Amino acid sequence: MQEKKNLPIGGVITEGGTAHEYVTGGWRKLRPVLDKDKCTNCLICWVMCPDSAIIIEDGKMIGFDMEHCKGCGICAEECPDKVKAIKMEEEAD
Amino acid sequence: MAITVNTRQTGLTGNSAVAYAMKQINPDVCAAYPITPSTQIMEEFSSYVADGVVDTELITVESEHSAMSACIGAAAAGARVMTATSSQGLALMWEMLYIASGMRLPIVLADVNRALSAPINIHCDHSDTMGARDSGWIQLYSETVQEAYDNLFQAVRIAENENVLLPVMICLDGFITSHAIENISLLNDAEVKQFMGEYKAKHTLLDTDHPVTYGAMTLPDTYIEFKRQQSDAIARAKDVVAEVGKEFGARFGREYGLMEEYRLDDAEVAIVILSSAAGTTKVAVDEFRKADKKVGILRPRLFRPFPHKEIAEALKNVKVVACLDRADSMSSFGGPLFNDVRSALYDMEKRPKVVNRIFGLGGRDYKVKDAAAVLEELLKIAVTGKVEALIKYITI
Repeated sequence: MQEKKNLPIGGVITEGGTAHEYVTGGWRKLRPVLDKDKCTNCLICWVMCPDSAIIIEDGKMIGFDMEHCKGCGICAEECPDKVKAIKMEEEAD
Repeated sequence: MAITVNTRQTGLTGNSAVAYAMKQINPDVCAAYPITPSTQIMEEFSSYVADGVVDTELITVESEHSAMSACIGAAAAGARVMTATSSQGLALMWEMLYIASGMRLPIVLADVNRALSAPINIHCDHSDTMGARDSGWIQLYSETVQEAYDNLFQAVRIAENENVLLPVMICLDGFITSHAIENISLLNDAEVKQFMGEYKAKHTLLDTDHPVTYGAMTLPDTYIEFKRQQSDAIARAKDVVAEVGKEFGARFGREYGLMEEYRLDDAEVAIVILSSAAGTTKVAVDEFRKADKKVGILRPRLFRPFPHKEIAEALKNVKVVACLDRADSMSSFGGPLFNDVRSALYDMEKRPKVVNRIFGLGGRDYKVKDAAAVLEELLKIAVTGKVEALIKYITI
């Protein structure tokens, strides 16, 4: 909840790069789970993720930014058929 | 509101006068799409652009929806922005009107009032701007060519006031004012420049050192606060309209208030009416006054925000009021002016009777005899205390 007394006039956001501060992980119903043994680091998931929630270090896929991942499952869908290193699991489970 | 300074007298149509005012204001950006009867405004203004006498970036767009969209983009970029339209053009701008006001962009629009279809009609009534009365735009209605010209300068100052930051539409009657030549007094360019001042937007899309986002989504946790902020701003606009009208008067000799009261002081009955038809009504009032009949006129100049307290105060001693609407709300309960004026009077201990007469739709002539007939009827109600018809179409 924002400080309501000082809201900028007309809803202008007065600085750049604020989308990162908007946490969308709470929208998630399904959670992506990575099997590191299967992953070939092809990075197709990183290319396709609409929320830039795939974390890469030294050219390798190391996991998900769970504060921003909305659980859409595109990463699991796009992971090549021969690999299938990402599975979507119910958050509730 | 009497015209006391008669320098630089010339004969101009309402449209030419508005185009000339735009030339003198020299806005940064104008978006234009032609529609009768406002076409001539942008036609003449585009000549000023072509002749290089203004610095304006003129954007010719493919529709009025695009015209208002272009105005919004340019205003968000920090420009002083104007456009003009009428009738269906304003209707096509509809969704963007709300975006302009919600984003608090000080855009100025000249609307030459024309009836809405169907049936199609190109002549004057107020159904176009009355439909936009809840869009969050400030609305000023002009009686004469002179007032339309003067209103445009004031509109820019009102819109850009830091306590307001809202779009303003100035309204003038299609053909009656837009195409009729009246003798008007023009301001001098240097004086206009001084009155207008420089516009510096607080946040602009073009300031890449301080990037901002316009038009972001707000959810249930903040949307209502932004609307309250906007509502407070349009309420504050009332005082700013009065201040700017006073300053305009001090500088140029023609002072403007929130409304014009014509022979209203001791009036027993009054007509409340907007724009050019007030002029016709004044002739009838003068005739009645010659016969010692106490009649008067209240002509609101500012319709949005609605100066309800001032209107109630002005009408407090009147026994019977007729609100003459040049638009119908199609609610079966009269026109918009009637509804607002009647509501403004509700809290008074002793309130006048208020009737509604809808007139002049689609450019039907409203003559002195029509005004006189209404005044006769009001005087009769004042004596008998009986209202035979609360709402009625006249000029038919």
